[in-house]
Amino acid sequence: MKHTARKMLTFAMVLTLLVSLCSVFALADGDGAFKVGGTGPLTGGAAIYGNAAMNGAQIAVDEINAEGGIQFELKYEDDAHDAEKAVNAYNALKDWEMQLSLGSVTSAPANATSAENFNDHIFALTPSASAPTVIDGKDNVFQMCFSDPNQGGASAQYISDMKLGSKIAVIWKNDEDYSTGIRNSFMDKAEELGLEVVSETTFAAGNDTDFTVQLTSAQAAGADLVFLPMYYQPASLILSQAAAMGYEPKWFGVDGMDGILTMEGFDPAMAEGVMLLTPFNADAEDDATVAFVEKYQELYDEIPNQFAADAYDCIYAYKQALEAAGATPDMSAEELNSLMIEQFTSMTFDGLTGSGMTWDETGAVSKSPKGMVIQDGAYVGLGTDAE
Amino acid sequence: MKNKSLNRNARKNFVTYGLVIAAYAILQTMSATGSMSSSLKGMLVPICAYVVMAVSLNLTVGVLGELSLGHAGFMSVGAFTGVTAAMSLQNIVPSPILRLLIGMVTGAVFAAFAGVLIGIPVLRLKGDYLAIVTLAFGEIIKSIINNLYVGVDENGLQLSLLTNKMALADGGKIIINGPMGITTIEKLSTFTVGFLLVMLTLFIVFNLVNSRSGRAIMAIRDNRIAAESVGVNVVKYRLMAFVTSAALAGAAGTLFAMNYSTIIANKFDFNTSILVLVFVVLGGLGNMLGSIIAAAALTILPEALRQFADYRMLIYAIVLILVMLITNNPVLKGYMDIIKGKLTGRAKKPEGPAPEGGAGNGK
Repeated sequence: MKHTARKMLTFAMVLTLLVSLCSVFALADGDGAFKVGGTGPLTGGAAIYGNAAMNGAQIAVDEINAEGGIQFELKYEDDAHDAEKAVNAYNALKDWEMQLSLGSVTSAPANATSAENFNDHIFALTPSASAPTVIDGKDNVFQMCFSDPNQGGASAQYISDMKLGSKIAVIWKNDEDYSTGIRNSFMDKAEELGLEVVSETTFAAGNDTDFTVQLTSAQAAGADLVFLPMYYQPASLILSQAAAMGYEPKWFGVDGMDGILTMEGFDPAMAEGVMLLTPFNADAEDDATVAFVEKYQELYDEIPNQFAADAYDCIYAYKQALEAAGATPDMSAEELNSLMIEQFTSMTFDGLTGSGMTWDETGAVSKSPKGMVIQDGAYVGLGTDAE
Repeated sequence: MKNKSLNRNARKNFVTYGLVIAAYAILQTMSATGSMSSSLKGMLVPICAYVVMAVSLNLTVGVLGELSLGHAGFMSVGAFTGVTAAMSLQNIVPSPILRLLIGMVTGAVFAAFAGVLIGIPVLRLKGDYLAIVTLAFGEIIKSIINNLYVGVDENGLQLSLLTNKMALADGGKIIINGPMGITTIEKLSTFTVGFLLVMLTLFIVFNLVNSRSGRAIMAIRDNRIAAESVGVNVVKYRLMAFVTSAALAGAAGTLFAMNYSTIIANKFDFNTSILVLVFVVLGGLGNMLGSIIAAAALTILPEALRQFADYRMLIYAIVLILVMLITNNPVLKGYMDIIKGKLTGRAKKPEGPAPEGGAGNGK
């Protein structure tokens, strides 16, 4: 009896291995829809971004497919925010015969996959990979979001224009390209504008739970505004630890801060008064945004962040470009590639994350960020748009 | 008696070489005839790199009998120095294959140097203490590279720490850009180079293990005091195994990095070290063929499980546990022995822990 069970177990395991190995060699086939694929962190520490982008894109695909006309088929593969896994995910999508790519959601994996996109002549429009190196030197990789330098510079400009603070402290994560990229461009612009940066402190993965040193330094230097170019997880800790210390400067974040309000276990009251630059405002009252937010809440039970909106815009931008180019789903990825390059460099696109968006040949988007402030647990538009 | 065991060893080594060559031939044919998916094609070079990592770590853990948790640190050193060398020679050495080789040699040399540096203090320690120090070493390497800026212009290489203070002349370019790592790597690695590196690694490891030095290393593993009492220079032989292992990991790092257009220091963290250790433990301490199979299978497995979407990593973990249980199952081991007996010991050892001698001290 015992032996039989063991044999069964062995048999089951061998079968699992065989089936899974076979699947590596299997190829998918398509029908009358454009196959759009993307990679993103669907698991792991950055999963909130990957899932938001995937959900946002899926809503757009469902809407467009319901209309008739152009049809899309969307597939997201998990890259766990890792370049190696992202390339594997990209290759899996290639086996699926992806025609158009949504690149990768986060910057480090996108650096790796965009090089593959370029080599394979598969057009990519990334919703949110903001590092300039993602599009650098690749004629067929485009961004829907601002690039990092753009954000840092715009933040400094905004702080200076709005006279938000006279003494500024910066806390940044020095082992992350996103944080470092924004911080560098912020410092350059701050110097140019004559902003006074009184304290500059860093942290890294592994020591990102206690921010007493950084906050004490900012407080001791008398900073009245703290700039936080980072993702929302460390930012949430900084906000709660500052509150515990009784330190109450103005807080200024970037688009990575988006998501803080929906974070599990975080009291949104802590984020009261935090300002950030983001291209998307879930509280906007135009019909498109209201419809999108409602649909997203209904399906996924949370307020969509900027990543979801960016991905939603990507699909609609593809729709507009495909229609204008008269493309058909039986075209190869390479044919679509040249059509898309032509369209994206010439078209103007209106979406949730901005109107009158245009792209230049480098693949960078031109749109203006919106200043937001968190009030009563929601984002509210803030003053005039910064340049 | 001694001759017989030597022959058995040699035969086993030749089986390993033969299987690696056969696998290479089959995969190359598949690739040439176009019957290979992009997914598998994309994994060939990383598999070679992980195989080299696993075999080299097996030298430390299985043969030397010391638990090292910082193997990814050597891979990191190799990756960053090797790529830097290959990139800065772009205008001087036109042949890409030669640049890759120079990169790999540079990576191996720097990793070996790091191995000596860390080896001298570390190898005074044993067991858990050594594991902790190697773990710290991996973290230190990660931290240093995250804060390192390297650029090249007509005056040569420039370095700067913490922030980018380099003033590069016109036409110069940044190679290592702190936490952003290297972002403009030319993809030079090929499966053939990876295969050759695997063969070279096996050649070095087998020859070391079967040499006088190898026997000294294993004597130290089995009983350090006894080895010392018969005049074996403990420090020398431990360092020899440790540094060889580090150098091979460095070459693997360069191979791995040159397969992607970008590489960041955080890739080579504690998790990567543990991943390689899992290959070694699963394949069997001291069993090189086991390491090769485990490294290849466990690199392919998560990709092969993509169809299970959200349950992928759960299934991966279950498969790992099952493999561990089943390969240690006495009933199955009995069957294997019978089969082996029938084939008069000529059969290859399947994937499974088969500690050779007293390799149980790596906990």
